[in-house]
Amino acid sequence: MSLLRLTNISRVFGKLVALQNVELEMEEGRLYAVIGPNGAGKTTLFNLISGFFPATSGEIWFDGRQINRVPAANRVALGLVRTFQITEVFPELSVFENVRIGVEAEARCSTRPWPGRALIRQINQRVEELLETTGLSAQAGRIVSELAHGDQRVVEVTMALSRRPKLLLLDEPTAGMGQEETAHMVRLIRDLHVRQQQSILFIEHDMDLVFGIADRITVLNYGKVLATGTPRDVAADPLVQAAYLGEASA
Amino acid sequence: MSRRIYVNGAVWLLLLTAALWLPLIGGYMALASRVLVYALAAMGLNLLLGFTGCMSFGEAAYFGLGGYGTGLFLTHLTHSTVLAVIAGTIVGGLAAFLFGPLVMRRRGIYFAMITVAIGQIFYFIAERWNSFTGGEDGLAGFSRQPLHLGFAIVPLDAVAFYYFVLFFFAIGAGVIALLLHSPLGHTFIAIRENRRRAQFLGIHVERYVWASFAIAGVIAGLAGALNALQNNFISPINLYWVESGNLVIMAVLGGMRSFWGPLVGAIIFVGIQDYVSSYFPNNWETFIGGLFIVAVIFFPNGILGIVRRRMKAA
Ligand SMILES: Nc1ncnc2c1ncn2[C@@H]1O[C@H](COP(=O)(O)OP(=O)(O)OP(=O)(O)O)[C@@H](O)[C@H]1O
Ligand SMILES: [Mg+2]
Repeated sequence: MSLLRLTNISRVFGKLVALQNVELEMEEGRLYAVIGPNGAGKTTLFNLISGFFPATSGEIWFDGRQINRVPAANRVALGLVRTFQITEVFPELSVFENVRIGVEAEARCSTRPWPGRALIRQINQRVEELLETTGLSAQAGRIVSELAHGDQRVVEVTMALSRRPKLLLLDEPTAGMGQEETAHMVRLIRDLHVRQQQSILFIEHDMDLVFGIADRITVLNYGKVLATGTPRDVAADPLVQAAYLGEASA
Repeated sequence: MSRRIYVNGAVWLLLLTAALWLPLIGGYMALASRVLVYALAAMGLNLLLGFTGCMSFGEAAYFGLGGYGTGLFLTHLTHSTVLAVIAGTIVGGLAAFLFGPLVMRRRGIYFAMITVAIGQIFYFIAERWNSFTGGEDGLAGFSRQPLHLGFAIVPLDAVAFYYFVLFFFAIGAGVIALLLHSPLGHTFIAIRENRRRAQFLGIHVERYVWASFAIAGVIAGLAGALNALQNNFISPINLYWVESGNLVIMAVLGGMRSFWGPLVGAIIFVGIQDYVSSYFPNNWETFIGGLFIVAVIFFPNGILGIVRRRMKAA
């Protein structure tokens, strides 16, 4: 059984068809990339999967359930957690506090007005564990808005991980990063994939990066799937070559 | 961390010893009680405003309802001042709880508008329903009764009433403080910081806005109950949108991001109201308005915001 399956998904904005009859199937444990030029509909695809807005038509299946009508916050509880192309964090809170929000939500105790000591200890421990995983321990006390851009994006990923996602959705995790920051993020994604068998669906612009780490790729172009398959298949696809060479020479 | 302990200690010490030092600087106990009453209401409001990020402009509704609840309870049902306070608190809190679903989906200016609208409904009801609320003349004819403590009967004169108010203020402030350090409070702050991020961490933002709104209503109801006892009188003015605006001004003036901000704001507001209005009875509000504009433009984080920045720089 596949973890995520999109059947015949379309999304229309007024006259603009942002996605048209998109099919996508992802198995558990994959590191799956969605690529395509600007405006291809990649973020729109994430918005549909995460419940930011509904699909115009088609079905979204996750973990054996049709989730078209499940509200965004409930999809998180099902195991679908995303990050955003433009970093979304809690800017005026510390790194620790940012991650703690997610940990408390995951522990289903966000409604607790007076938690016990044991619960607090458990929560703090989990936060520290997560910061360790993503290499943020040294920054735990710092205010997120004062961090470097790359670290802010790592904070967002850490927050997403706090919900123990079955599927982690990363929208251009390396967007706007320098070489070193990119390398750090790539290492993190790889580690999650290899060590924790974390299923990850990510959008990425950098071709070398995608072909270097992804085990499945879907190429979107003008809202349609141009090609899908292993990196090798996709690289060899004449349509993809035409589109990317065409773009490069334009 | 330790600085916070000193600040809290100093605040409570000053509040507890007010009867000793206030007369020395020309103040009087009824004024101090009024400061505490409004500070409590503004702190409740600030849970919404400063910590959940919801621009409520109708908090006077629950403040006023608390007052009417207490006044009507004393008029018709009991002579127990404490029970009357509890009744008023419940009335204010219940109203906020029931209207919560109406406001929880709105954001920004729409949140402000719906909260004002609801507040005005209560204002008009209180103003028109002469037989029950006393109409626009307000509700008089009740008065705070001596406290029966078992071993003694304490009449609530100005000094005793101040400590009576301080007792409930401490409960209210304590509840807010505990809340802000709990997962529930963390979640309120997360919503203020970034609703979208909160939602996509699986937080049902609206339910928390509802909770925050209801809790603010409970605190406003409690403050309103104390206000009715302070004046032995309650009138539709206490429900009017201007009163809501006053509470917002107090929170913003003192500092919305600080726990004690609304208290500082209330001291300034009520102080100016008292001193300036004795010289300029008709335009003391201009003073407040001017001060408010200056604060918003130059010190967006309120007076405590400046203090904090200074301390950081030092
Ligand atoms: N909420 C919206 N309302 C109207 N149009 C939208 C909306 N979201 C996206 N679009 C349009 O849909 C198209 C696809 O946008 P999308 O953000 O999915 O592209 P993308 O592949 O993520 O591009 P990029 O690489 O620049 O991030 C674009 O033309 C965009 O303008
Ligand atoms: Mg995009």
